[in-house]
Amino acid sequence: MLSIRKDKLITTIKKMVLEANFRLDKCVIDSLRSGLEKETSVLAKNVLENILINSNIAAKENIPLCQDTGVAVFFLEVGNELCFDYSLEEAFNEAVALAYKEGYLRKSMVSHPLRRINTLDNTPSIIHIKLVMGSTLSIHFAPKGGGSENMSTLKMMTPASGIEGIKQFVIGTVIAAGGKPCPPIIVGVGIGGNFEKSALLAKEALFRPLEDEAKDPLDNALEKDLLHEINKLNIGPMGLGGKTTCLAVKVNSYPCHIASLPVAVNLQCHSARKSHVILDGETI
Amino acid sequence: MIRLQTPILESSRLKLRAGDEILLSGIIYTARDQAHKNIVEALKNNQELPFEFENQVVYYVGPAPAKPGMPIGACGPTTSYRMDPYSIILMPKGLKIMIGKGDRSDSFKHSLKKEKAVYLIAIGGIGALLSKTVKSSSLIAYPELQSEAVYKLEVEDFPCIVAYDSLGNDVFQNKKA
Repeated sequence: MLSIRKDKLITTIKKMVLEANFRLDKCVIDSLRSGLEKETSVLAKNVLENILINSNIAAKENIPLCQDTGVAVFFLEVGNELCFDYSLEEAFNEAVALAYKEGYLRKSMVSHPLRRINTLDNTPSIIHIKLVMGSTLSIHFAPKGGGSENMSTLKMMTPASGIEGIKQFVIGTVIAAGGKPCPPIIVGVGIGGNFEKSALLAKEALFRPLEDEAKDPLDNALEKDLLHEINKLNIGPMGLGGKTTCLAVKVNSYPCHIASLPVAVNLQCHSARKSHVILDGETI
Repeated sequence: MIRLQTPILESSRLKLRAGDEILLSGIIYTARDQAHKNIVEALKNNQELPFEFENQVVYYVGPAPAKPGMPIGACGPTTSYRMDPYSIILMPKGLKIMIGKGDRSDSFKHSLKKEKAVYLIAIGGIGALLSKTVKSSSLIAYPELQSEAVYKLEVEDFPCIVAYDSLGNDVFQNKKA
C-alpha cells in the first residue's frame, strides 16, 4: 500500500508554511524590481524600495514579511494510488497550528464570523482536495491576507455582457479597491463554471506561477489586455500613483451554463506568498 | 522629511499637508477592528478608556507575536476603511491622528475635515521592516483580543505619509483615473 507517513507530512507542511511567510518568491521580487526601474514618482519608488528591503529583512531574520500571515489555504492533488489511515484534514490543521506557533506567525482565525473569538492557532485551514491519477500528493499553500481578500468580487453576468463586460467588471473592482489591497497587486480572474466554481477558479489562478500564461488564446489575450489597462489607471504602489499597479493578471476559465457568465475577481497583495511541494507515496 | 515626536500638539498637526513624508517617534497606541468596537462601547457606557485621546496617535495594526528577545513581530498597517464607522464617533471625542493604509469613505473625510484631524498612512506589507522601528511594546487593554488588543508602542523614526490633512487635502485624490 502506498501512503505518506503522517509525521513526514506534518514536517513538510510546517516547512512550507514557514518558507512562504518568510521568503518572497524570486519572480515577485524580480517583477517588483522591474516596476521600480519604470517608476518616476518619488512616493512610488519609495514604496517599492521599502517592499524590497522588507523582503530581505524577512528572509534574513525569519520575520514574517507581513503581520497578516493569513488564512492557510491549501490546494491538494491526491493520487488515487495513495491510501491514508489518518485524516488528511486533521494532519493539515495540526501542521498549521504548529507552524503558526513555532514561527511566531499571527493567528488570524476567529471561530464564528459573528462571535469573533480567536481560535488561537490559526486553524481551521481552508483545504481544497482534488483526486487525480497517480501516486503523489501535490500540495500548494498560500497564506492569504484579509486586506486583499476583502476587495475581491463576484458577479453573475449574462452571456450578452461578453468580454467587454468582463473587462469593465475586473477594472471596476481594481478601481474600487484603490490602495486598500496593497498594490502592486496580482489579479486572479475566474470565468465560467457556476457561482462557487468561478470563485475557486479565481483563487486557483492566483496559485499559478507569476510568469505562467494562460494556454487558451482568449484567456491569454484577456490577461495581457487587463494587465495593460490596469497599469494605466495610475493607482500605483499603495494607491499613491504610479505605473506599477498590477504585476500580473491570471485568467482561469471553465465551461458554463447557456444562461450564465459567472465572473470572480480575487485580488492578491504584493506580498504574494506561496509554496509548492510534491510528495511521493511510499510503501508502508 | 518631517520629524515628529508624540504627543503631537494641534499646532504641529495643522501644519501637516497631504503628501508630506514623516518620521514619527514616541508613544503610539494600536487599535484595529475589535478594539475600536470595544472603545466605542466603553464611550457609550461612560467606562474608562484604555488611553486619553488628546494629542495621541492611533495605529491600525494587529502585530505578529514577538520572537524571544524582540519587542514585537511584523507590524505593518491594516486597511483603514473598516474603522470608518468608529473613527467618526472617536474624532469628535478627541482622537485626531490615525495611521493605517488605503483610502477612506466620504463620510470619514467629511468628519475629518470638520474635526481638523489628520490621517496618515504607512506602507502595507512591510511588517518586518516596520518592526525595526518599534523599541518597546506593552499590552494595555483587551488581552482577550490577542493581536487585536490595545498595545502601547514606543517607536523611533516610524515612516508614514500624510494621506488626508486637516484641510481635507487627499494624497489619493489626484492619483485617480
